[in-house]
Amino acid sequence: MSSHITPRRTYIFVYLALLILLGGTIGVAYVDLGIWNTVAAITIAVVKALLVVLFFMHVKYSSNLTRVYVLAGFLWLALLIGLTLTDYLTRTSGF
Amino acid sequence: MAEARAPTLDRPELPELDQESISLGMWIFLASEVMFFGALFAAYIIYRNAYPQVFAEASRHLNVWIGGVNTGLLLTSSLTVALAVNAAQLGKRKLLIAFLLLTIVLGLIFLGLKGLEYSQEFEENLFPGRNFIYPGPEPEKARLFFSLYFTMTGLHALHMLAGLLTFSIIVLLAWRKKITQENYISVELAGLFWHFVDIVWIFLFPLLYLIGRT
Repeated sequence: MSSHITPRRTYIFVYLALLILLGGTIGVAYVDLGIWNTVAAITIAVVKALLVVLFFMHVKYSSNLTRVYVLAGFLWLALLIGLTLTDYLTRTSGF
Repeated sequence: MAEARAPTLDRPELPELDQESISLGMWIFLASEVMFFGALFAAYIIYRNAYPQVFAEASRHLNVWIGGVNTGLLLTSSLTVALAVNAAQLGKRKLLIAFLLLTIVLGLIFLGLKGLEYSQEFEENLFPGRNFIYPGPEPEKARLFFSLYFTMTGLHALHMLAGLLTFSIIVLLAWRKKITQENYISVELAGLFWHFVDIVWIFLFPLLYLIGRT
């Protein structure tokens, strides 16, 4: 295992950032921004997930091999959702 | 020449490479979990895109307070897990046990609130079973939203139960001094799983509870 030990202070900072982002995502949901509500919600969720993956899951300090495995998981998710949407978003006759 | 031995959890000192291969195994499992939940997220995206107004209206029937508090609890439990791994790395056994117990308590409160929320929704006939009664327009399309809601949050809750069970076993192991500063990989792996479960909720919360709040 990586011998890197993250200082506790870092975890606390990441946690506080996560709480602020949680407040942000709730707050922005009550403001009418049209399509940008969804964009904001997804963006904040992605930032929160990144904080968790990089710091709590130690990927920031992991080997490149581990990072490839992590990225592969998300690449396949992107393929799953992306290729499915190329079908559904281009249908002209509804479902 | 060093003898090649399969890495096991009870071996006191694992070479760096063995430790990494164990971690990679966990990441492969987590990648399969990403696909598992990913299929449900894909279904959600398709149906929300097809019926945006119905989904927004249906989302307003969920309890945003319980959802929000539960998100805070889960984020806090991720912190306590990270601190538990930190304690294990430093060889602080009692601190490790304390943070794991705290995590278990936070997880149980989450599940308790989730159960309360489910019971409210059953009472309002929002469970998409035989007694489904939806007060808004297009009930058959709203039923899709609630099917996705109960499936996704239910599977998430099952994952939490698995995580809590794992943490309970690790508490016992740590109690019996089976977890040392040299070998704490079980804590690390259970932590990775818990953080993954946290990330699933980070996406579930805004997508299920926070649409159509304006």
